[in-house]
This record gives sequence, C-alpha cells and structure tokens, in this order.
Amino acid sequence: MSPLELARLTLAGDKRACSRLISLTENEGTGYLDALKAIYPCADKAYVIGVTGPPGSGKSTLTDKLAKTLADGGKRVGIVAIDPTSPFTKGSILGDRIRMGAVSADKNVFIRSMGTRGSLGGLSKATANTLAILSAYGCDYILVETVGVGQSEIDIVRTADTTLMVMAPGLGDDIQAIKAGVMEIADVFAVNKADKDGAKKTQLEISAMLDFRMDWDFKPTVRLTVAETGDGVDGLLGDIMAHRDYLSNGGKLEKKRAYKRMSHIRDIIRDRLDRRVEELMADLAACTDAGRDPYSMSEELIRKIDLTRI
Amino acid sequence: MRPIRVLVAKPGLDGHDRGAKVLARAFRDAGMEVIYTGLRQTPEQITQAAVQEDVDVVAMSILSGAHMHLLPKVVALMKEEGVYDDTLVLGGGVIPQEDIPLLKEAGIQEIFTPGTTTEETIEYIKNNLKRDLS
Repeated sequence: MSPLELARLTLAGDKRACSRLISLTENEGTGYLDALKAIYPCADKAYVIGVTGPPGSGKSTLTDKLAKTLADGGKRVGIVAIDPTSPFTKGSILGDRIRMGAVSADKNVFIRSMGTRGSLGGLSKATANTLAILSAYGCDYILVETVGVGQSEIDIVRTADTTLMVMAPGLGDDIQAIKAGVMEIADVFAVNKADKDGAKKTQLEISAMLDFRMDWDFKPTVRLTVAETGDGVDGLLGDIMAHRDYLSNGGKLEKKRAYKRMSHIRDIIRDRLDRRVEELMADLAACTDAGRDPYSMSEELIRKIDLTRI
Repeated sequence: MRPIRVLVAKPGLDGHDRGAKVLARAFRDAGMEVIYTGLRQTPEQITQAAVQEDVDVVAMSILSGAHMHLLPKVVALMKEEGVYDDTLVLGGGVIPQEDIPLLKEAGIQEIFTPGTTTEETIEYIKNNLKRDLS
C-alpha cells in the first residue's frame, strides 16, 4: 500500500493502516514525509497527556486505568508507551502492555509500544509523528508514557499538553523533591502506591516543594492514587481536566501548541543536519592522526556540510 | 534496516512464563523489538496487540494444554483483522507431537517444543519472515 493510501485510510479511522503508518514513520521508510504532510491538518486534534516518572512508580498501570475511564466515557484513546532500546544490540523489551490489561482488548483504545532507538530525553524520535498519526486516526485523547525517568529527561513537556508526574513513596527524601529537572515540569502530580508506607510523607514533601513558589498561574495538585485498585484515578483525571480547562482559557493551549510546533521543526532540522554530520564522520573514519587538533578538523568538516545534501 | 518486531504472548491460564521471558530476552539480544504482553492473554488481546503493534511475528508460549483451542482461535481472529498473511505465527511449549500437524494445518507456521535452543528459534524467524525489513 502506498504511503498516501495509508494516510487516507488512517484519516478514515482504519486501525491497520494507522498501525502501518506508524511503522513506516518510525522506520523513516520511503514516502513517510508525504504521508505525514497529508494527515497534518488533523495532527493536532487529540489532547495529549504525558505520563512520566521513575521506573516502577506505576506509570503503565495508571495509564491503563486513565485510558479505561476515558474509553468508558465514549472517547477514543491512544496510548504510546516508550521503553528503552539497547545501545549495544538495538533490541528492546517493550513491556508496558503487561500492565494494560484493562484496555488491551478495548476497540476504542489503540496502544503502541516504541523503543527509544537512541533518543535520550525519555521519548523516541518518532513520538511526535506517532501522536500526529494517532490524532489523525481519530483519537480524542492520547496518553504518552515515557521511559522510566531519572532526573533530567524532560522531552515530554515539549510533547504533551498536560504532563503528569507519577511518584511513589520511598524513592528519596525531601531534597530529591527540590532538585531541578523533572520535578519542575509537572502540571499534575500523582503519588501512586498510596497504600504503601510513606505515601502521605511523599505527598507532603512534594506539596512543600510546590509551596515554595508563590506566583503560580496553575498550581499542580498532588493526588494520592492506588493504580492497581483504581483508587484516586477519577480524582486524578479530574486534576488533568482542570489543567486542560486552565489551558483552554485565554489562548494558552494555542500558545503551547505553537511552541510544540516550533520544537518539532527544530527537531526535524537538527535530525537532518545530524545525519549529514554522521556521513561526514564516516568519511573521516579512523582519525588516528593525533597531531591535528579537533578544532581545525571540525572547521574543515563544517565547510564540507553542503546544505543541498541535507 | 529496521528491527524485527515480535509479540511474545502467553495465551490462556497457565502461570508459567519462564520460557517466554527467556525467549523475549534472547530476541532482544538478537536485536529485535519484543512486545511482551505478560500472562493470561485472551486470543482477542493477542490479536489486537498484533494489529496495533504491527508485528512481524506472533510467538505464543503455552503450557496449559489448551493449545488446540487457543492457537487456532488467534489465527482465525488475525485473519478477520487482515494481518495473518503478513505475520509469522509461532507456537511453543508443552505440545504433544500428535497435535503439531493439526496446529500447522490450522495456520500455526511452526511449533517449538522443549529442547529447542533460542538460536534455532531466532534463525527460524530470520529465515521465514513474511515481510521484508527494508
């Protein structure tokens, strides 16, 4: 099937075509850009909720429960779940579906697992395009689950409309909560596994961290949840919707989306430049001449970049 | 070249996933993207996963004895969804020799029984994909 045919069928809500188009895009197969251009008018229709947090905090289970609640309410839901790719073999184990039993056979939910394939920011390079495709397919909401993050993988803010940070008790003291990085990017917090010891303390530490700032336009809520049983999930979805309502007043969502488009354009250009740099590096191959300094050699290569080849 | 995408699934009710996990790990080390669904999957869940994940291979491990019921059901559902012709469908686990021809007739392309090495399975997959990797 041609890329444009895949695009047409995806827009018509064909699940298999949608799935194939995601693969074509992820593999950067022939014609994928034409297909992406064709679906672009519908690429921004879905509301994107980012789900991030440390490994094992319960992101997948919570994503499953949030998707179920949305789907039960008659919405079409997409889930993009990202797990790490091996830097050595390029293989990966994408295991987020294990925790998604509530929606894995639901016809209104489309789950796609992706390997990071070399990206380091918590998402994969193809994530933004995959969101566009799922939006064109007709998803009202898309939940993007990042890889388990450490302290600085913040690509999700440039991708999601609302970012949910899932924490769990016992992962660190209050100093962890005031460090810079991932803790600063959330619009909504969940302290999951709230049936475990220390959940209230974690909630207080995060709240105290948030209280330090006085000039919030939208102060994140910190919700206790038990994803396994569904406790707190309705409330958490309410928190997410409150952020959505906040954004939809006074053009804030449009502004955020414009910013997302800018960073998407920047990513595309950088990616293509990067590929050209790799080509030039391959020509350079083994640079064993220790006598030449890297600064003048890179200047020499920069002159060879040749914009027509990007 | 793109990676091979494999769905490793455990249909039915048995709770023994050691074999499935060993395979998933071996496939990963062979450079494949492995979508692992976990235990107790219905044929409907497996089929939906195969469609949504656009996999090249569906590898099912089953030790409960219900293979004659569950594996052909997955094939039938995959045909309904239009993905069977592009996908290599494999079975493995405790499966009596006499059932193997019947399963193959039902559309399971190959059955791997205990004693098969992970290398053999990987070789088989690489040599029998139904779509190219370009």
